[in-house]
Amino acid sequence: MPGEAELRLRERLSKLRSAALLRGARVSSEVERLERQLERIEHQPMGDEIWHVVELARDDDRPYTLDYVERLFEDVFRIHGDRVRADDAAIVAGLGSFDGRTVAFIGHQKGRDIKDRVRRNFGSAHPEGYRKAIRMMELADRHSIPLVTFVDTPGAYPGVAAEQHGQGGAIARCHQTMLRIGVPAVACVIGEGGSGGASAIAVADRVLMQENAIYSVISPEGCAAILWRDVEEKEKAAAAFKLDAGHSLELGAVDVVVPEPGGGAQTDHDEAARLLGEAIREALEELSGASGEELRRRRRARFRALGVFV
Amino acid sequence: MAERIDVSIEQRGAPVQNEKPHPNTCPRCDSHYRDDELDAALWVCPHCGHHFPMSARRRIEQLADPGSFIAEAEELRSEDPLGFFDLRPYTERLAEAELKTGLGDAMVIGQASIDALPTQLAIMEFAFMGGSMGSVVGEKFARACDSALERRVPLVSVSASGGARMQEGILALMQLPKTIAAVEDLHDAGCALISVVAHPTTGGVLASFASLGDVLIAEPASLMSFAGPRVVQQTTREKLPDDFGLAESNYRLGHVDAVVPRHELRSTVSRLVRLFSDAG
Repeated sequence: MPGEAELRLRERLSKLRSAALLRGARVSSEVERLERQLERIEHQPMGDEIWHVVELARDDDRPYTLDYVERLFEDVFRIHGDRVRADDAAIVAGLGSFDGRTVAFIGHQKGRDIKDRVRRNFGSAHPEGYRKAIRMMELADRHSIPLVTFVDTPGAYPGVAAEQHGQGGAIARCHQTMLRIGVPAVACVIGEGGSGGASAIAVADRVLMQENAIYSVISPEGCAAILWRDVEEKEKAAAAFKLDAGHSLELGAVDVVVPEPGGGAQTDHDEAARLLGEAIREALEELSGASGEELRRRRRARFRALGVFV
Repeated sequence: MAERIDVSIEQRGAPVQNEKPHPNTCPRCDSHYRDDELDAALWVCPHCGHHFPMSARRRIEQLADPGSFIAEAEELRSEDPLGFFDLRPYTERLAEAELKTGLGDAMVIGQASIDALPTQLAIMEFAFMGGSMGSVVGEKFARACDSALERRVPLVSVSASGGARMQEGILALMQLPKTIAAVEDLHDAGCALISVVAHPTTGGVLASFASLGDVLIAEPASLMSFAGPRVVQQTTREKLPDDFGLAESNYRLGHVDAVVPRHELRSTVSRLVRLFSDAG
């Protein structure tokens, strides 16, 4: 029996097929991608299963941005500082070589041990971090270097200094810069995609999401506290706003769901990196050849199309 | 040791402490007004200058030349893409908000003139589900940008929002890049965005179009912060500064261009519309 999600995906697929003549090559590659997705998502998580995904996405042993960077890229050089006031360790950025070609990367970074976690503020960035990300995006654009981002944050840091240094404006401008650059951009949601602090570096031409990652407008705890007036209802909240990869794909927020090793990415970092690397490679290949202007136009159109209303 | 006094009789008639004050009672100076008094005063306390919330409809009346406003995209309504149900279904909350405000969602857009100069307006309604931004608000803002750029006129936005609308899940978050993409299109066409920040402008709206105006104007004492004071307090357990996130501290810290009392808002916006209309 096909699930509701599968039916909707099939519907989207049939719409795309009929539009293929009108919109050319991009659509046919999208059809193929959707077909592959369809095979993968015969089953979408519900209720308890969604909460299990939240736990996997937050697993202490899950690979973080730099685990992927060291496995996928060579000759890595990391940039530091926002050139205004500080270096925010919750966001890392730099250049590296991927399949012999230079790429720029940006990612949220969580720490492994207590000291590192505190230094990296549990992956919650201040405006300084978003300004560093903007620096990297502009550098990539200046030198026609494709951009790969890794999204893994519970959310931007809600602190007094963060607000005083312009958190809202920095996140807005980070989104804006990603919509401006004329180089291919691929975003990977690898763990927690928490709110505006996550989407700020995910406004890409292709948005990939690992199968046990989550992507949401607010943390389940935050949502439970506001709507249920009780943080303990977090499991209900998570199930209600469907923050798993299958639903994110169905709603159009992400383009590709990337498989993980059995049991989750934390069980085998090398294999997780290999699978993610393959998906990044494929996405970059699809995007190669398009002009900067074309990429920008399509990227804006892609995000402008998101939303459901009557 | 002082003797215990039985206070039960005095307490009997005392007001219940947690009861919400009447909406027309000034939270700052306790003065109380009739609707028509506050309306005539632009919903600013005549005694102490406190700015009460102002409906989108009244804001349009204040900003636009009389009779010049032509609403657009009024027919748009939210769907319930997630089948969202917290303590109550999302669809019920939507219907209730529409009954309460008479509006289809938390933003009103349309064409208008201000002192005879053509402009586009995009005005948020906080009374509609806390001004939260879901698919309809995002779409309306994007259409306001398109309407402005087609007519080559400045866009004036007034934001008042608690942030993204949780009930629409990830699609609500996607309204951040969506509205920002629309601002980019507007700016590419050489049109200006004049962003007016009213109380409160927080979360996803502050982290998207509201922060990207060519100029930012805030009403006095408006809260403009990405995270609300309660969340910051709970997360950091720091004592917050008294003026945390307020328009005045944002002005001091360089995040807004001007703090303008509501009585001067129309003339300030009008001046900016003229300056941008005469540019280039």
